[in-house]
Amino acid sequence: MTATETDTGPIETDCVIVGAGPCGLFAVFELGLLDIRAHLIDILDRPGGQCAELYPEKPIYDIPALPVVSGQGLVDALMEQIKPFEPTFHLGERVDALERLPDGRFRLRTDRDKEFVTKVIVIAAGGGSFTPKRPPLPGIEAFEGQSVFYSVRRMSDFEGRDILIVGGGDSALDWTLNLQPIARSLTLMHRRDEFRGAPHSVEKMRQLVASGAMKLVIGQMTGLEGENGELAKVHVKTKAGDETLVADRLMPFFGLTMKLGPLADWGLNLEENLIPVDTEKFETSEPGIFAIGDINTYPGKLKLILSGFHEAALMAQAANRVIYPDRKVVFQYTTSSSSLQKKLGVR
Amino acid sequence: MAKITFIQHDGKSQTIEAEKGLTVMEAAKKNMVPGIDAECGGACACATCHVYVDPAWTGVVGKPAEMEADMLDFAFDVRDESRLSCQIKVSDAIDGLVLRVPAKQF
Ligand SMILES: Cc1cc2nc3c(=O)[nH]c(=O)nc-3n(C[C@H](O)[C@H](O)[C@H](O)COP(=O)(O)OP(=O)(O)OC[C@H]3O[C@@H](n4cnc5c(N)ncnc54)[C@H](O)[C@@H]3O)c2cc1C
Ligand code: FES
Repeated sequence: MTATETDTGPIETDCVIVGAGPCGLFAVFELGLLDIRAHLIDILDRPGGQCAELYPEKPIYDIPALPVVSGQGLVDALMEQIKPFEPTFHLGERVDALERLPDGRFRLRTDRDKEFVTKVIVIAAGGGSFTPKRPPLPGIEAFEGQSVFYSVRRMSDFEGRDILIVGGGDSALDWTLNLQPIARSLTLMHRRDEFRGAPHSVEKMRQLVASGAMKLVIGQMTGLEGENGELAKVHVKTKAGDETLVADRLMPFFGLTMKLGPLADWGLNLEENLIPVDTEKFETSEPGIFAIGDINTYPGKLKLILSGFHEAALMAQAANRVIYPDRKVVFQYTTSSSSLQKKLGVR
Repeated sequence: MAKITFIQHDGKSQTIEAEKGLTVMEAAKKNMVPGIDAECGGACACATCHVYVDPAWTGVVGKPAEMEADMLDFAFDVRDESRLSCQIKVSDAIDGLVLRVPAKQF
């Protein structure tokens, strides 16, 4: 967040989409054809939701007219398709609060204190917001935010500290390389002596280990020790036996999982962590708030990308009626309508 | 059909008849074996179908392939005999297999 963003007050817009997974992305297209510009907010640092985060390289076989496409391939194609509508992305931000204003519009606030005032909200939150996996170590919650961190918001939190980083992917390696220069001591621990991260990062890390600037431990955490949120030691298990590492900062990187998160407190009806909608407008219990994709439920619902695309098309028609109550929409094909083609920039 | 025994963290054990061609994860889900979450439905993308293969069986079941080993980095308390059950196919060869379910998938 920059100071200017708060100084200029909330972002006023017609439509905010919560979640930039495949369904949120395709919603930009369907809304765009109706001249509705959208802002998208996602806690991930890139668009694509599950497809980009969980299975970028795996093949999908049931996208109509694409016999096979990878998760990332689908996201890239969607990004290309929605380009003409110039959506604004707010990545790395979680929508925390939602309230209705007296004038009927909604106010949304993110965890970075960015505010939006909008006529329509589309919840395309999938299985919920991606959240770092918390290692099942007794008492870990008490250390979180004080000694245990899943991301770095302020470098100063780590300055002059004894840092333990756990994991074997790019996040673990990148933060090892970034924090090593400012740490008092830095240890990287991974369960095996093989790393998934980029080869040049692995190489750099190994050089630092060889020069004695940091330590590499092959092992796993078994317990934490400390008081009042201040971590002091981490108990670990290695092939050679049990050890205790001195550490007052811990960063565990075990991937992400989806948690419903703040959405549960937005006053919407929920059924087993899903948002019930009607199948004409895909509207929630709150008029003006729509829900599409994996997050919604209705009789016969299938959690498929293709279903979410259909939902986006019908939702957009209904959203249009909320945003432009007096406008008549004539049904048109992209193949033949010159006005749609102008919007798509192909004419 | 192959018999597979799942031993829970608390020692409770359950033997199921697994259909050939399924994965061990699918067979476990079908028979409602507790403790196999399988959040990604068998795509080797979640590590919540983690099991420990009984030492007597590790030779038969084999080691994880590279993609599975990478995914095991996201599991907790990983051991030499750790496998993701969605990556083990049910066959005659594993008739009698004994697996331990971790205290918690994470
Ligand atoms: C391994 C695997 C294989 C699959 N294969 C197929 C397949 O072959 N065919 C198929 O059709 N489907 C498949 N799926 C399912 C498909 O990926 C989902 O149906 C699809 O991703 C749902 O899209 P979505 O846009 O609704 O939500 P998601 O992709 O889940 O995206 C939702 C986004 O919203 C964000 N979010 C949620 N809450 C907030 C908040 N409060 N603030 C900010 N951001 C938030 C999340 O971080 C996430 O990025 C597969 C899924 C997996 C895991
Ligand atoms: S079910 Fe997800 S990795 Fe096996």
